Amino acid sequence: MNPMNMTEKILSSKLGRKVEVGEFVVVPVDFVYAHDGTAPLSIKVMNEIKELNKVFDPSRIAFIIDHAAPSPTVSSAHVHIEMRSFAKRFGIRLYDVGNGICHQVIAESGLIRPGMVVVGADSHTVTLGALGAFATGVGSTDAAIAMTLGKLWMKVPETIKVVINGKPKPWVLGKDIILHIIGSLGVDAATYKSVEFLGESLKYLTMDSRMTLSNMSVEMGAKAGLIPVDEVTKAWFKSLGINNIRTIRPDPGAEYEDEVIFDVAGLEPQVALPPNIDNVKPVTEVEGIEIDQVFIGSCTNGRFEDFLIASRIFKGRRVKDGVRCIAIPASRSIYLRLLREGIIEILVSAGCFVAHSTCGPCIGAHLGLLGGGEVAISTSNRNFIGRMGHKDSKVFLASPATAAASAIEGKIVDPSKYLGR
Amino acid sequence: MRFRGRAWVLGDNISTDHIISGKYKFKSIGNLKDMLPYVFEEVIPGFPKRVKPNDVIVAGRNFGMGSSREHAARLLKMLGIGAVIAKSFARIFFRNAINIGLPVITADIIPRVTSTNDLIEVDLKHGVLRNLSKDIEERFKPYPEVILRLINEGGIINYIKKYGDLTW
Repeated sequence: MNPMNMTEKILSSKLGRKVEVGEFVVVPVDFVYAHDGTAPLSIKVMNEIKELNKVFDPSRIAFIIDHAAPSPTVSSAHVHIEMRSFAKRFGIRLYDVGNGICHQVIAESGLIRPGMVVVGADSHTVTLGALGAFATGVGSTDAAIAMTLGKLWMKVPETIKVVINGKPKPWVLGKDIILHIIGSLGVDAATYKSVEFLGESLKYLTMDSRMTLSNMSVEMGAKAGLIPVDEVTKAWFKSLGINNIRTIRPDPGAEYEDEVIFDVAGLEPQVALPPNIDNVKPVTEVEGIEIDQVFIGSCTNGRFEDFLIASRIFKGRRVKDGVRCIAIPASRSIYLRLLREGIIEILVSAGCFVAHSTCGPCIGAHLGLLGGGEVAISTSNRNFIGRMGHKDSKVFLASPATAAASAIEGKIVDPSKYLGR
Repeated sequence: MRFRGRAWVLGDNISTDHIISGKYKFKSIGNLKDMLPYVFEEVIPGFPKRVKPNDVIVAGRNFGMGSSREHAARLLKMLGIGAVIAKSFARIFFRNAINIGLPVITADIIPRVTSTNDLIEVDLKHGVLRNLSKDIEERFKPYPEVILRLINEGGIINYIKKYGDLTW
């Protein structure tokens, strides 16, 4: 058989034959999930259409209540009621308020393995590519069909090989790397395509940072953002009690539509300026911009490593007067670990508003919307006009280190001086 | 299928947040009708009141980027939009539009020459776009056969109702 990249390998294995790039296929899916922003439309479709009023396998489907949770409005409370009742009726898993953000919760659930095809009714489903799964975001109708029939139509995508070389500086995280990549390639560089992250830098990147890379691959349009299974992946699965995972990696000589190479050894922390995710500059070029709010959290940067580095900056310091710093762990298990390791105490002592796991202000649903003219620095993934509140508010995207250092000074600053430059 | 409508011209990288902001999605979640007044709120003031049936969106690159919210495609269809013509589309928006039967057409010339309010004719069957105000015609690449079948059935739900399954 010809050498294959990860996407070709996974899809060929699911279909039991070699798939060709560009062909339209109907692929069996291993897992499907939706959240309170997208499940309501899926439920509506499934309730209204008798052919779709069933599930293909309840053990492979989950609902997560994370976007507007706990419910900030009566209408979202009703959505949650509907989701609970649907979950009960069909016997599917329900991760209720407080479990955390869907992608993190599903990653930690132990239900996802390398080589799986995963469909989520959320664009950031690509996060699970860091686990070696072909994970892709879809709309509510696609999710309804996947839940009912256990399959999805798709075009076998071309793949872009993104090689990352060099050992990043200790205060440079996955977020800085992916912002740099998106800034170089542009927000539609990978539309309809898979991205495969390869290169020697991976061995320096934790699963937390890798999930940030895969997570934001969708911000260049990617259908999936895959990372090969290696010792770091295996150790992470082992920590969940899972041994013997499939070592999904690209074959030597696998074909790619394009190949881009980055050297991140000298990379400085990066910031994406509003309102474009690919308007990326080194933090030193935007230092001094005054901020009203800081958000550390989301499916992009709400993991243990993110709060660990933030806590190193916050320890013994205070959030600047007049600035709100909102810190939200991406899952209950991360929250618990942060509690046990004393990190929550550091955040709270520094003046952060720490909330239980939810998507929070990232999507402008609750817990810290911005007023007209306000400026935020956020570790989340999108800085579109009005994303986190008023249309005249601004969102700068950065790493948790940059966000924490900026919270201390009330303006955007380079975090390196707090982390042993 | 052939129809005419006025053009609403937009630039590159129009996101699903531009089409319907997440904050409205969560304000009136579960009820699409309540979201209608906020469509394109920050890019085309008064759009929901000014749009007419069969009007078309003419946009640049990467239309529909960002969130997977199917509300974006559905709300455009509910407002009567006949088609979205763009230089390129973001993947999830494209899928959602096909799945609900909203024609999405990738074109090159029409997005470059069209001004807002130009009269556009869309001929899906023959794959032709015409800007009648400027007398410019463009042929677009027909959909792949399997996708055309979904569109011809009026979306994926009707397809499944008819065939009982998703196979091709």
